[in-house]
Amino acid sequence: MSLWNKHQIFEKNSIILVIGVLIVISIGGLVEILPLYYLKSTIEKVEGMRPYSPLELAGRDIYVREGCYNCHSQMIRSLRDEVERYGHYSLAAESMYDRPFQWGSKRNGPDLARVGAKYSDDWHRQHLDNPRQMVPGSIMPAYPWLAKTELDTREVASSMKVQAFQGVPYTPEMIENAEKDLVTQATTDSPNADALTKRYPKAQVRKFSGGTGAVNEADALIAYLQMLGTLVDFKVYDGKANLR
Amino acid sequence: MAHTAGVAGPMNPLKRMSAGEMTLIIAGVALFFLSILIAAKTYSAPFAFHAILFAAASAATVVAVVNRYYYRPAEAPPAEIDGKPNYNYGPIKFATLISLFWGIAGFLVGLIIALQLAFPAVNFDLPWISFGRLRPLHTSAVIFAFGGNVLLGTAFYVVQRTCRVRLAGELAPWFVILGYNFFIVIAGTGYLLGITQGKEYAEPEWYADLFLTVVWVTFFLVFLITLTRRKEPHIYVANWFYIAFIVTIAVLHIGNNAAIPVSLYSPKSYIVWAGVQDAMMQWWYGHNAVGFFLTAGFLAIMYYFVPKRAERPVYSYRLSIIHFWALIFLYMWAGPHHLHYTALPDWTQTLGMTFSIMLWMPSWGGMINGLMTLSGAWDKLRTDPVLRMLVVSIAFYGMSTFEGPLMSIKVVNSLSHYTDWTIGHVHSGALGWVGYVSFGAIYCLVPWLWNRPQLYSLRLVNWHFWVSTIGIVLYITSMWVAGILQGLMWRAYNTLGFLEYSFIETVEAMHPFYVIRALGGALFLAGALIMCWNIYRTIVMPAAEERTAVGGALAAAE
Repeated sequence: MSLWNKHQIFEKNSIILVIGVLIVISIGGLVEILPLYYLKSTIEKVEGMRPYSPLELAGRDIYVREGCYNCHSQMIRSLRDEVERYGHYSLAAESMYDRPFQWGSKRNGPDLARVGAKYSDDWHRQHLDNPRQMVPGSIMPAYPWLAKTELDTREVASSMKVQAFQGVPYTPEMIENAEKDLVTQATTDSPNADALTKRYPKAQVRKFSGGTGAVNEADALIAYLQMLGTLVDFKVYDGKANLR
Repeated sequence: MAHTAGVAGPMNPLKRMSAGEMTLIIAGVALFFLSILIAAKTYSAPFAFHAILFAAASAATVVAVVNRYYYRPAEAPPAEIDGKPNYNYGPIKFATLISLFWGIAGFLVGLIIALQLAFPAVNFDLPWISFGRLRPLHTSAVIFAFGGNVLLGTAFYVVQRTCRVRLAGELAPWFVILGYNFFIVIAGTGYLLGITQGKEYAEPEWYADLFLTVVWVTFFLVFLITLTRRKEPHIYVANWFYIAFIVTIAVLHIGNNAAIPVSLYSPKSYIVWAGVQDAMMQWWYGHNAVGFFLTAGFLAIMYYFVPKRAERPVYSYRLSIIHFWALIFLYMWAGPHHLHYTALPDWTQTLGMTFSIMLWMPSWGGMINGLMTLSGAWDKLRTDPVLRMLVVSIAFYGMSTFEGPLMSIKVVNSLSHYTDWTIGHVHSGALGWVGYVSFGAIYCLVPWLWNRPQLYSLRLVNWHFWVSTIGIVLYITSMWVAGILQGLMWRAYNTLGFLEYSFIETVEAMHPFYVIRALGGALFLAGALIMCWNIYRTIVMPAAEERTAVGGALAAAE
């Protein structure tokens, strides 16, 4: 009996075929995914990393909503030209609180992993309003509605609660103060700024979209953009510490 | 479909409600009230809109099921009439026609976003049609709406014909097709309104994902139960591929979309995976959406429609065994090649690259098996443009499955990644392989399903073929040049050792290629419109006398 005839067991039993397929397709994923929860380089703790502040998180949700990841990556590869163009290559830890990750797959626009503090708030505000004002050859869509839309803050605390359940180190104190912290961070010279930066070190506090009035979506998005890649201090980062 | 047996009408005391009818009514009523509750309590207007759509759909389902029960005969339609299987074609007809609609919509949105990249004014400063929201609409419309309906329709057709048995269930196949298309509507309108998970090719939010899971499990059961009732001893090779496609997509969908909603009344959810683990899950899903949705599913189409149209047996039975198991095993490892030089560990990247290169072999095994099926029938390429379309699709499959492994090599990827080369590669697969094999299958299916002697016009098929082929060539060549050019510009250094080009200079260099690409897309769309006209004229033609019974199952070659 030739080996080929043995294949009949799959051709004559649909359940065995299904089980065979299930086993064969499981192996690759298990081998590649499970170790990522154990290896030091993928679960490294890096000084400076902290969960997003409420305003940054709201900004990140807008970034996701508008589909920015379709054109902007947030992953600087360990290649000479990328490091020179964008800064230190991205660490796994720098996206440890990213749900979902936003590494992207296409650069119709530049990488944004370290765009924080690279341009002024004003530049961002005008750029979002009409990108060609700031960069004449840009092909980015304009987002004039962001500065005109008041930020919906009603679900910020529940968002943080869900993430805390998923393992993000949001404390009950952070969740309790979520809405207050959000307004504080979007207020220039806020008296509550100290309490905020104690909870979220390096958080930048000011009215990001300029002017006065209620917190709008541009405030949140610019707050998010301005903190991207600013948390880890690479002068003290020890890359060798995370080898295993 | 005429029901010959049983007495119609509500008064028949023997009539009993079937389990399927009961389930649908109970689930429909429950979902209706849940949707109303959500619509009333949510803060989000788009979510309220979706909840109202869900409520309307569940109400319509309950009404339709009760109405059908009222008028249907007591017995289920017979499995056989005069010793021949009584095939269930209704859901397949619907899937075929709606796939044309979604195809046109998806190609059109593709053309619009191509124009947006060439001329940003086309974004019109409006939120719901800005590039970031339209691009997922394009990818989902072509992959899941157009491709998905072709897969669902052909799967239901092929499994019936090759098993020589009527499709399992009466309402279940309809639930699968209509439910799937309802999911598409929810997903697509969601993107435009800003509801997205932000994961490529898996953008629909938690409630759409949950609903799709129910639809997909029903699809699996209908397919599997039909298989178990088969009159043929062997399961035909096309069905192996359909099974692998259905099972694996279920696993991938559930794995990649594991998320916790902010609340029952919020459309927003957060994915349980984070950062590098989420990236790996995403591309484990993403690349196997290519491998199992766009490859295994469409290879199943190839294995039925190419032999049928060429009237030749599949070239090699043994090759189909080897390439089936090798393909589904190796594909699952290929995901990390989307993450070269990132924070993903180096060994995972190298493993992904190695398996991607090995994947070249089973891919070409499939190509050879498809192409060589034409042995002794090559002359038909001159006379039958439908067969030509099918064969050219296999050629494109071979080309893009050679290009894919090439691009997965790390040094090549360092140049190609993040550029339009990837877009060109994807479209040689999507337009050339998936598009053409789908068009070929639809051209075959429509006369079979509607019992027409042949297509309205083969000349129009010829026109479709050539117009869209020129479109594809313009598309992929412009994207190759654009991608390689931009990749080289990003890494170019001047004599002083500084980066030569600013980012915006590399964007401006893309403009002419983006215009050519849009032209290519327009031609592809024009070809598809020619097809729609041809299909319409075919369906309104008078029926064939009595279609010569096409032998049920294809015997396994050998």
